[in-house]
Amino acid sequence: MVASLYPHNLENKILLVYLEQDQGQLEGVSLELLGKGRALVDQMNLFENSNNWKIAGLLLGDQVQGLASQSISCGADEIYLADHPLLHDFTIEAFSRVAFQVVLETRPSVFLLGATPNGRDLAGRLAVRLRTGLNADCTGLEMEAEKGILVSEVSGFGGGVLAMIQMQQHRPQMATVRPGVFSALEADPHKTGKVISVDVDLTTEMVHTRLVERSVGQEVDLRKVPVLVAGGRGMHGDFITLQQLAQLLGGEVGATRPPVDEGHIERERQIGQTGVVCSPKIALCCGISGAFHFVVGIEKAVTVIAINSDPQASIFESADYCVLGDVHQVIPALIAELEKQGWSASSHNEGRGIADREAAYA
Amino acid sequence: MPELRSVVCVKVVPKPEEVRVDPQTRLLDRLNARSEINPPDMNALEMALDLKDRYGGSISLLSMGPASFEPYLRVGLAMGCDHIYLLSDRAFAGADTLATTYTLAQAIHKLGGADLVFCGEESSDGATGQVPSGLAEWLDKAQLTLLTEIDVDLELKVAVGRREIKGGYEILEVPLPCVVSVRTAANEPRFMDYRLKEWAFEPQEAGRPGRVTIWSASDLDADPDCIGLNGSPTWVSELAQASSRHRKRLFLEGTNSEIAVQLVKLIQDNL
Repeated sequence: MVASLYPHNLENKILLVYLEQDQGQLEGVSLELLGKGRALVDQMNLFENSNNWKIAGLLLGDQVQGLASQSISCGADEIYLADHPLLHDFTIEAFSRVAFQVVLETRPSVFLLGATPNGRDLAGRLAVRLRTGLNADCTGLEMEAEKGILVSEVSGFGGGVLAMIQMQQHRPQMATVRPGVFSALEADPHKTGKVISVDVDLTTEMVHTRLVERSVGQEVDLRKVPVLVAGGRGMHGDFITLQQLAQLLGGEVGATRPPVDEGHIERERQIGQTGVVCSPKIALCCGISGAFHFVVGIEKAVTVIAINSDPQASIFESADYCVLGDVHQVIPALIAELEKQGWSASSHNEGRGIADREAAYA
Repeated sequence: MPELRSVVCVKVVPKPEEVRVDPQTRLLDRLNARSEINPPDMNALEMALDLKDRYGGSISLLSMGPASFEPYLRVGLAMGCDHIYLLSDRAFAGADTLATTYTLAQAIHKLGGADLVFCGEESSDGATGQVPSGLAEWLDKAQLTLLTEIDVDLELKVAVGRREIKGGYEILEVPLPCVVSVRTAANEPRFMDYRLKEWAFEPQEAGRPGRVTIWSASDLDADPDCIGLNGSPTWVSELAQASSRHRKRLFLEGTNSEIAVQLVKLIQDNL
């Protein structure tokens, strides 16, 4: 078997977290990984009755020093800070080069990244360059304390089966983790840590990717909305009514695959196996037949309400409350009743939905 | 002007809608499901075909798996690909991302490289989405991921891609050759061309160079330590069934407005 660039017996007791930032803002998943990493490292220290294990952050960017103290207050013991103008925009060449250098210098046992677009790109490159394994898109992480082995939970085949994945000899033990799985720690302003400056050896010739244009907005994050209003084929493309309902309830609109493919709604709102897995308090499923590939996306909902005109629709087997009826009549009636009872888009939207989301990512 | 040479990496997977889930064990019954090219890979194929329509050149479809995958891959020929390469060897089995990307890279080296290597965003069964960047690393080439659109300039030897992320977009330029991953549902894969269909599915004549080439590990000059189970650092230590939440399945009765009143109450109580 091909060996990793450093073996397990030359590892240091470091859990390294890639701190992804965009325009001076840390990604939510990076803070979540600091929270989970802190717990894993504390558990290892408790088991070994030592203080040998540390959690370190890897922070790459241009003028991002300020994020180091935020990361320390959210769980990190030390931060490897690479600050360089060529790290202003994410390019795979610059970021993978510096990250590779830090990993070889620190030889961490574990290296965690968020399963974001750039996090996945970086992880895929680095795992091959380091000749190590990569547990991708994990939904759970544990340490087997005796051997210091990272056990990652991944949900295979659309979430029906959970697989536990690990590697024995290869280091670092790399994993990308799905955003929204873990919780960030509340910032502790008194917590102290070390910031270690990384010597960056980058020249423009090394960077082949050129960012021509960029315009990013507010990303919709359906994973943590309190109310999900999901529409399927049975909505016949009427997502405006669902949008209205979602606003009244302080939630967001999601969809099954067909309306997305037909262009009625953005792909980032697709729920299920190839879309988002969300955990709302209430999921309202409108005109959805209930295929397995969708249902896995609402499995974590506390309460599921389904409206469908087909008594045989399998969505009713995955719902707490079932309405056998025409969505084009029941939903307007529901909207009218909410308005009659004084629900309004603005108050609930600001009061519940957005505040919850901001709290989750603060 | 030089010809554009593309490779499209595809995986053959069981059709999602035909994979039944046992409600008791929650395990997938894949045996009775027909297979197909992984739907996200069809978007990659369509993007490659569209470039071929515009600039000419050739497309090779590259896949890994048992010889029984061949008929599914021939769909690609009927859509406009020029050749199929199927990497088929017991020694390739059990590959994780590291071994898979190594094997695909060896095949691309054997093909003499390519200007563009296309991949789908992820597979519908495994869904790790880590193959494109791992492959780019083995090939030591640039990458453009999650693209919805692409264009190339064959004289300047660059590719420009549009990537939709974070509720917006990025436009990135990289030198050719490069590895591209295509956003699922970024385009509408074309139907098979009826004029090509017969040609695509006709059996290969003995002694004549065929359109489908099957390569084994020795054909690829692959390091046995880097392929299949042997070349895979990760292993599955445990399989568990995802716990399924118990649902009440209570039907609400009444007129639409009576149901609406009940729904509002339920929403208030559960929010």
